[in-house]
Amino acid sequence: MSVHGANRLGTNSLLDINVFGRRAGIAAAEYANNHDLVELPADPQGQTIALVEQLRSSTGGERVATLRRAMQETMDLNAQVYRTEATLKQALNDVQELKRRFANVSIQDKGVRYNTDLMEAIELGFLLDLAELVVVGALERKESRGGHAREDYPNRDDVNFMRHTMAYRRSEADGSASVRLDYKPVSVTRYQPMERKY
Amino acid sequence: MTAIAEAPIAAPVATDVTFRVRRFLPEIDSEPHWEEYTVGLFPTDRVLTALEKIKGEIDGTLSFRRSCGHGICGSDAMRINGRNRLACKTLVKDLDISKPITVEAIKGLPLEKDLIVDMDPFFEAYRAVMPFLITDGHEPSRERLQSAEDRARFDDGTKCILCACCTTSCPVYWTDGQYFGPAAIVAANRFIFDSRDSGAEQRLEILNEKEGVWRCRTTFNCTDACPRGIEVTKAIQEVKRALIFRR
Repeated sequence: MSVHGANRLGTNSLLDINVFGRRAGIAAAEYANNHDLVELPADPQGQTIALVEQLRSSTGGERVATLRRAMQETMDLNAQVYRTEATLKQALNDVQELKRRFANVSIQDKGVRYNTDLMEAIELGFLLDLAELVVVGALERKESRGGHAREDYPNRDDVNFMRHTMAYRRSEADGSASVRLDYKPVSVTRYQPMERKY
Repeated sequence: MTAIAEAPIAAPVATDVTFRVRRFLPEIDSEPHWEEYTVGLFPTDRVLTALEKIKGEIDGTLSFRRSCGHGICGSDAMRINGRNRLACKTLVKDLDISKPITVEAIKGLPLEKDLIVDMDPFFEAYRAVMPFLITDGHEPSRERLQSAEDRARFDDGTKCILCACCTTSCPVYWTDGQYFGPAAIVAANRFIFDSRDSGAEQRLEILNEKEGVWRCRTTFNCTDACPRGIEVTKAIQEVKRALIFRR
């Protein structure tokens, strides 16, 4: 459930931090108190070490800053507040192409101390995943609501879209990954959602 | 639309600007050394943009902290042309680009890597002055109200973003391993003069110790350095006066 409705205005993150930080902490403590420790897999750190070492040892020709700039440009141009199916498809194509190029990214700082070059590369990989989720979710939401203004679907559609988009990253057998969408109903409590008339 | 024919606006042209950066990679270098980089920049670009261009296009090993990029997170304090500033609030047009612009880590804290210092001693001093509301008596059932005048009393100190520009510009802090430093005293001041707080006495005791406010030699470097325009030296003087005149 969100605390801002469909449009969290800039700098209002403090409410989310307070509400969900508190809820997450309480829930985590309750869970920890009522569950036994799980058995660790044989190599729990393996996946993370592999991710880091792949980036540190890669000799590919792509640079983090170049791909990040390209991602920012397509998201800014094609997946901003005002969007259409065409611009979102363009963004999706661009992000997927950037994900392919990301496989060839290499870093110059090979050190293990305060390696911001490595950190930015890891972040870029996650940002590309996130950008893809944003675009896939926006493509399927064929209405306009809050900070999501589809120029090809200018009206709000409570019948089909009064619900939260849940996005899951699904790994395929061939090693690639795709996005699976699901939806969760909005639980209405004290404040009735209503159309913005101003 | 007005009917006046406008001359096309010329696209702004980037100018080559040279930066002299004090580099130190602890796994490679035994000593810090200076390196020069030239990047194309617009007058309205920030020094932070220049560092990002150097890192992204020339040398990915260049290491610096930055987060919000617009002067509120306090991550990118550094010494630019010998003055402590935030790289994200320092514009190219305000610097003399006829010669290389020097960029180095802030002084007085252990150098970690390139422009990154170990901030632990800075935050230890900050924690030592108990920078949180201390109250006694029962918890009230509603907000702790305060008049506009009482709120204004400590307003200046609330602007602090803990960037360490002031503390690491202080010559006493550079040479003295113990002094709390200006930022911690500003944080103490912010609560000492808050009408809702009742921990002033405890904080004044802490600042009356030998690491406290009496080390201040009123050089005003801290006030000059503050990117938030806080009158840091005045805040320190207020604490000194409170110590002298307290009952």
